[in-house]
Amino acid sequence: MIRVQSADFDVGLELKKLTEGNHQIGAVATFVGLVRDIADKDTISAMVLEHYPGMTEKQLADIEHEANQRWDLNSSLIIHRYGRLEPGDNIVLVACASSHRESAFDACHFLIDWLKTKAPFWKLEETSEGGRWVEAKTKDDIATARWEK
Amino acid sequence: MKLLYFAWIRVKMGVSGEHIDPPKNIKDIEGLIHWIKQRNPVSNEAFSDISNIRFAVNQEYVDIDHPVQAGDEIAFFPPVTGG
Repeated sequence: MIRVQSADFDVGLELKKLTEGNHQIGAVATFVGLVRDIADKDTISAMVLEHYPGMTEKQLADIEHEANQRWDLNSSLIIHRYGRLEPGDNIVLVACASSHRESAFDACHFLIDWLKTKAPFWKLEETSEGGRWVEAKTKDDIATARWEK
Repeated sequence: MKLLYFAWIRVKMGVSGEHIDPPKNIKDIEGLIHWIKQRNPVSNEAFSDISNIRFAVNQEYVDIDHPVQAGDEIAFFPPVTGG
């Protein structure tokens, strides 16, 4: 399942819903991304996430489908927030449930690496000097490339 | 044809999108960008560094030589920074 929302999410509650009633699940791997208060040595007061409504949902659904093709998952969840977020706030949750840990770990890692380079989001950091757009990082492209078949 | 702009391209253009009716000889993204740029200085400046711009046609990532046609939704944005 995928969700794109401005509202916060409760990790514990989401994991409970993900696994409830399915006793084939023996492992859940999760990744939670948070807003930090510092970037490139500058203090960040907030981060504004912009996205492409429609394309975001389509791309997330496609990649979740691919993860389910490549790994034997019982269920999976991607929640990505948009709007103005402050340090400590949740940005993204990826959770993958499987019978065994290998599939859960690998699928979760694949999904978050992919999100970094392919999900149509853009981040504006608010600093004391004003707003600045976060630039894409080459290391994220390299991290995604390792999952290419 | 519907154009959408995101992040700093949206800021530079001053709008989040527009409906356009380009000449019939515009066949691909590259041609479309040249046409957008020559309309006014604001557009010319926003699209001055194409190497920092990515494209989507009908919500799928495409390369600069991808064909465009009437009715398409075409988006221009910087490299994405999700996650």
